[in-house]
Amino acid sequence: MTSKSKWLSAPYVLWSVVFIIIPLGMIFYYGLTDKTGAFTLENITAIMTAEHRKALWLSLLLSLISTLICFLLAYPLAMILANMKVSQHSFIILIFILPMWMNFLLRTLAWQTLLEKSGVINSVLTFLHLPNINIINTPYAIVLGMVYNFLPFMVLPLYNALSKIDENVINAARDLGAGSVHTFFRIILPLSVPGIISGITMVFVPALTTFVISTLLGGSKILLIGNVIEQEFTQASNWHLGSGLSIVLMIFIILNMIASAVFDKDGEGGIL
Amino acid sequence: MRNAARKVYIALIFIFLYAPIVTLMVLSFNASKTRAKWGGFTLKWYSSLFQNRDIMEALVNTLLIAVISSLAATVIGTIACVAMSGMKRRTRSVLLGVTNIPMLNADIVTGISLMLLFISFGFRFGFGTILLSHITFNIPYVILSVMPRMKQLNPSTYEAALDLGASHMTAFFKVIFPDLLPGILSGFLMAFTMSLDDFIITHFTKGAGVDTLSTKIYTEVKKGIKPEMYALSTIIFVTVLLLLILVNTAPGGKNDNKDNKEQ
Amino acid sequence: MSKELVYLENISKSFDGQMVLDELNLKIHENEFVTLLGPSGCGKTTTLRILGGFTSPDTGRVFFDGQDITNLSPNKRQLNTVFQKYALFTHMTIAENIAFGLKIKKKSKSYINDKIKYALKLVNLEGYENRMPDSLSGGQQQRIAIARAIVNEPKLLLLDEPLGALDLKLRQEMQYELIRMKNELGITFVYVTHDQEEALTMSDTIVVMNQGYIQQIGSPEAIYNEPENAFVADFIGDSNIIPAIMIEDRLVNILDTRFACVDTGFGHNKPVDVVIRPEDVELVEPSEGTIQGVVTHLIFKGVHYEMEVMANGFEWLVHSTTMFPVGKQVGLRVDPFNIQIMNKPESEDEEATAIDI
Repeated sequence: MTSKSKWLSAPYVLWSVVFIIIPLGMIFYYGLTDKTGAFTLENITAIMTAEHRKALWLSLLLSLISTLICFLLAYPLAMILANMKVSQHSFIILIFILPMWMNFLLRTLAWQTLLEKSGVINSVLTFLHLPNINIINTPYAIVLGMVYNFLPFMVLPLYNALSKIDENVINAARDLGAGSVHTFFRIILPLSVPGIISGITMVFVPALTTFVISTLLGGSKILLIGNVIEQEFTQASNWHLGSGLSIVLMIFIILNMIASAVFDKDGEGGIL
Repeated sequence: MRNAARKVYIALIFIFLYAPIVTLMVLSFNASKTRAKWGGFTLKWYSSLFQNRDIMEALVNTLLIAVISSLAATVIGTIACVAMSGMKRRTRSVLLGVTNIPMLNADIVTGISLMLLFISFGFRFGFGTILLSHITFNIPYVILSVMPRMKQLNPSTYEAALDLGASHMTAFFKVIFPDLLPGILSGFLMAFTMSLDDFIITHFTKGAGVDTLSTKIYTEVKKGIKPEMYALSTIIFVTVLLLLILVNTAPGGKNDNKDNKEQ
Repeated sequence: MSKELVYLENISKSFDGQMVLDELNLKIHENEFVTLLGPSGCGKTTTLRILGGFTSPDTGRVFFDGQDITNLSPNKRQLNTVFQKYALFTHMTIAENIAFGLKIKKKSKSYINDKIKYALKLVNLEGYENRMPDSLSGGQQQRIAIARAIVNEPKLLLLDEPLGALDLKLRQEMQYELIRMKNELGITFVYVTHDQEEALTMSDTIVVMNQGYIQQIGSPEAIYNEPENAFVADFIGDSNIIPAIMIEDRLVNILDTRFACVDTGFGHNKPVDVVIRPEDVELVEPSEGTIQGVVTHLIFKGVHYEMEVMANGFEWLVHSTTMFPVGKQVGLRVDPFNIQIMNKPESEDEEATAIDI
């Protein structure tokens, strides 16, 4: 097969170059030039203006909070699922992928209905004599939207990593005298690091860069860095500035990728 | 006690994940045009849905793009996996690294980069540019589900087929391909799902005049979503759910047929 | 006999309605090397897991050093396990693996370091402290798994098919290593295997199990030379198992031929099974044999020739250093001392054969 692999790989190599490498090059070209085509760093340093800095800061804050919440919700869930020893591994994956068949925008919009002043959740809370929540059009609603949309991307890698741990390794720790707490922190948690890293990446990156969730659940007043970039392309038509800000965004993404490459050398923490 | 706590926890997460979906389904039967009020049960959105030319057109576009792009991605991705298995370790990891870019990178950056590419090379924005973009972000899902199968393959089976007189082509389709098939199928399904659910990349690469369901919904957000959209989403979701249930119970059904024949 | 360390009392266990252990009773004495031997699914691993505390029995009790430990969790038991496929902690160095149990017991740093050195020396892997488990060969990982268990000075060491993943040569080496370690440490070993040769080589006592029942308990010699039933005879080594009639004490009718034997007390004209090991069948000139037959198969096995001889309608397996070609007429002779008489199984159920469940 080796002799033929060169021309067999040709279509894909060509595709990758044209639709992955060159487009990324375009962003760098636009981001590092002005309208006359001259080299400039202005589009990058534009991140330091008050408006952009505020948007980036809010994006980082909300995405980090969402990632943390996703992790805290998903880890116990993944542990429970991994311990269930369901004969059909694919069934669990299916449950988390199934919601994607309802349109992403509609799913997110549905939270408006659920969260509204006289919406479903508040009706239930009133019925239970609990205080109502009014978080629609606030950053809290955005965090909720992020957690809702990206939770499956945290659960699946964690579930994969945890279900790969040999039961006897955990038994060995117990056998050597470790109690539940010790077994968890010394054995289970360290062995699931590839899944944790992959889950964090898969939640943090889309949360950091989203503009849809903030548009749908944050009202029109809350701008994330994703909203700023999107507006530069679709409304202001300043592609140079938009590209420059994208480069800044990519720096965070690349940092994240490097971290995951360091911690997950074998690529064990995939979602599939 | 601990078991009960676990079940409650799983149940809560499920409610969280599926509550919006149930909400949308309920809204599709709501006679009132606004989301905020329940105006009684109706089926009128289901019938008016098929008269709505805009929505039908967006639906056709969405399905066409999903089918064509996931098929194309499956073919390109599978061939790439076969090719990569014969490569040197380093070349392969470089190529896999490039493959992962659209998955790990932010959708907004991928969308913008493709938009800039299409503008710079004078592509006409529309169905074609959406399709090319979807193929691009679908390929990694195919490769990621076929590659592990490829690694599990016993290379001797291919050689054994050659040894027994099969040509390279026959050996591939009779021996390698059946082993890869589960990976190829799940890759295809994953790609199809991702394509159907995509909004961000489509948003940047669609141009004016062409809409998928996602972009149609986005433009409707400010004016208010047409209730027909809820009806359509419900139909799609229920169809997929039924298909999945059917597929999952199919193996048993097949066996029953076999038994009947033997009798 | 030395002091009793473990007593398994009326242990029963089933999984999904499948009975794995049925009313099992077993005593293990201090400083004994006990091997649980049987085909897969016979219940030997379940027995070990019940001892280790990873599975709890449906009924019955486990006593350790006189105390009931049936419901004690594994981390509270004074025993350690060497797991199948090692179960090393891949994210820790060898030293950290070995120190794991000691750190939990809050031992001093110098004590732990001494113990690591001692354990690595015992398993012949000095200087491996800072290596990672993945960088070691299967045999080396196996030794580390043993070192990790024994530094905790357990009274009892459980070993679950520890040599199963190693190749033949290494396995034989490790068998001697294990015997040496056991003698050096002076602790009790409970060893699970399906390999009868391994069991015969290492054990003080062998417990042959099948389908959740103990078939026979005894020394390797007793198990090999005096199997109590057809299952044990068939599972341990090659053998000719032939239905026969015990005519009277010291005389048995095998295949319509009278053979002298040494067993007594089976009664008159009683159906029995006899076991004759292939190396105990002597091939001689036809006139000198008790019965006559024809050689039908011949294989050279290195140490000896393996032959099959058709005689009185039964295909006899014979091991001999003298070769008789296929087709040759031969006589068969068996020393009365080498004919082992066994009672017929009383019910169908007891006629347990080496079939996996």
